Amino acid sequence: MNCIIIDDEKMARTILKTLCNEVKSLQLIEEFSSAIQAMKFLNNTKVDLIFLDIHMPDFNGLDFIRSLKNPPKIILTTSDPKFAIKAFEYDFIVDYLLKPITSSRFEKAIAKAEKMTVSKNVTSLPSEKTTTKDIENDFYVNIDRRLIKIDLPSIYLVEAKGDYIKIKTEEKEYTVHSTLKKIEEKLPASLFLKVHRSYIINIKKIIDIEDNSVLIKRDVIPVSRSKRPELMKRLDLL
Amino acid sequence: MEKPNLTYINQLARGDKAIEKELISVIKTEFPEEQKDYYHSLAVKDFKKIEENVHRLKHKISILGLEKSYKKANEFEHNLRENSLKGQQDFEKILIAITNYIETI
Repeated sequence: MNCIIIDDEKMARTILKTLCNEVKSLQLIEEFSSAIQAMKFLNNTKVDLIFLDIHMPDFNGLDFIRSLKNPPKIILTTSDPKFAIKAFEYDFIVDYLLKPITSSRFEKAIAKAEKMTVSKNVTSLPSEKTTTKDIENDFYVNIDRRLIKIDLPSIYLVEAKGDYIKIKTEEKEYTVHSTLKKIEEKLPASLFLKVHRSYIINIKKIIDIEDNSVLIKRDVIPVSRSKRPELMKRLDLL
Repeated sequence: MEKPNLTYINQLARGDKAIEKELISVIKTEFPEEQKDYYHSLAVKDFKKIEENVHRLKHKISILGLEKSYKKANEFEHNLRENSLKGQQDFEKILIAITNYIETI
């Protein structure tokens, strides 16, 4: 099994690295001091097992678990036994190890991980159909080192603001370091339309249209002359 | 007061001196940094950060075999969640004991 370690504390990573080196069937391929770094790595690399610390600043282990679309086996590492209960909430969590981790307890956890069959991926996740639907219905934005989930249909406006974009939803506004072009690629074309070089709107949220502007919630948004025909085509006109 | 020891580190290293040396080196580097972070968070009264700092230091306390001190640190961490500094003095005595000890290893 290849594995990675995610823990903000170097001492904890060094201990786990030492323990991993004792087990022939384990190949430690990388270690991370933050869950966000690990997420980037996992986008391109498949791993069999993750040793995951729960208590980390900013983006903790539980945030990380919730963000995984196809989770591998996970062994939680924690100093706090109250988090042990989390080990029973997800099928892909093999075990939890209380710090300081002993060799014998570590070996037991690895034996459990080795016994666990690959089918856990199927049982632990919602159905294939639901997963696809989820991908279409939400996405994550990075704000102050936290990955925040935003429900796509709740977005009514995205506005370019220099190096940032402002995402306005029914409940909140988010300022994200990104471009309108990047977010346009992530938004479903069936729902969103770029009506101006600085604005993308959710066409289902339009209240009224007047000449070269649309009213969405309380925002009056300009519509470029070149975009107006496409906008009119997309609306259900009587 | 109980004394810090290297029992856990020795068990983990299984006689491998290079591993022992690496683990001790990490503790000698990381502990003072964490201690500094703790006092900084305390100075600005950022309870959330103090709690995080104590949580990290707790692991070092347990690695050095300080079981009773670990319990005290745990209580202090819980008090911090309630924005209370109860247990601060005891916790800081533990930090002093560890600081003195790691200078000897």
